[in-house]
Amino acid sequence: MKTTIDPGTADRFKARAAEEGLLDVAYTSADSPFGPLLLAKTRRGLVRVGLPNQDSDELLVDLADRVSPRVLEAPKELDEVRRELDLYFEGKLDRFDLPLDWRLSGGFRQRVLRAINRIPYGQTRSYTEMARKAGNERAVRAAGSACGSNPIPLVVPCHRVLRTSGALGGYGGGLPMKQGLLELEGVLDEKHGA
Amino acid sequence: MTPLPPFQTVLDEHSAAVMGILRGAVGRDGAEDCFQETFLAALRAYPKLEDASNLRGWLLTIAHRKAIDHHRARGRQPIPVAEVPEVAVENGMPDLDQGVWAAVGALPPKQRAAVALRYGSDLPHAEIAAALGCSPEAARRSLHEGLKRLRKELG
Repeated sequence: MKTTIDPGTADRFKARAAEEGLLDVAYTSADSPFGPLLLAKTRRGLVRVGLPNQDSDELLVDLADRVSPRVLEAPKELDEVRRELDLYFEGKLDRFDLPLDWRLSGGFRQRVLRAINRIPYGQTRSYTEMARKAGNERAVRAAGSACGSNPIPLVVPCHRVLRTSGALGGYGGGLPMKQGLLELEGVLDEKHGA
Repeated sequence: MTPLPPFQTVLDEHSAAVMGILRGAVGRDGAEDCFQETFLAALRAYPKLEDASNLRGWLLTIAHRKAIDHHRARGRQPIPVAEVPEVAVENGMPDLDQGVWAAVGALPPKQRAAVALRYGSDLPHAEIAAALGCSPEAARRSLHEGLKRLRKELG
């Protein structure tokens, strides 16, 4: 005999879990022009953005391991994040105003990512400049790998970091996405970056 | 040590089984509250759980305790049923809401849980034992006693 549960039952459970401070990681998926995103936040703020080419199940297992196993799908908790991202993709928002949880990156990497977080909309910087801002100009490769490991892409705009030559460099979501984001921000015309 | 999966996975995989035994143990109305209490207690304890190899058994143990709490709180005693309505049976099992489950709900707690776990959630004896925190023999005995009593009551 198969018993099913009413979706309202699961919703009530999650609401009570949040009330009692037991919802350590809330996540949802969200549409974007590039494909579905995974959004996850803690009580401190947005902790993880999964890009369309990344495996959501793996990201959730990783969050359970590195943040807390109290991981629940709770779309309402991420309403504001989704709203700002929607506006951004429509070209109507040039600065995110979201609390961020930096705990998934430490040390030099976090310093690089915090520097990246200050690059204004529609502008780009080089990996070398980011290394210098983070306190070690010669650590250009480490700065590049900090970008590559950015747990909060899009919101922390690692897509605004390019090679000194102006070449696109790399992107966790794939180069077409990086190019698409830079076109959206008016940095690149559609022919650039090939 | 098996790593703990995201709690959402636990909820997705086991909520139906937990709801199934709770409906058998406390009835449809009480089951909703017991379900909430069960999963909140589980979520509270989850990060400290050391063995993730039998999450279902762990949840059913909690559910069983919540069902007992529910009965204690209501001070309910098994109620003998004067008349048992005849019910149509499909696939050898009656619907949850019908007379048989009312009679199951009136069994003493251990027997009720054993019957609900075996027939409501289709668990093997070893998992029933894990859920009840007793030996497989004791689980088998509770199940046997429960069934004997049901046969007598339902004639």
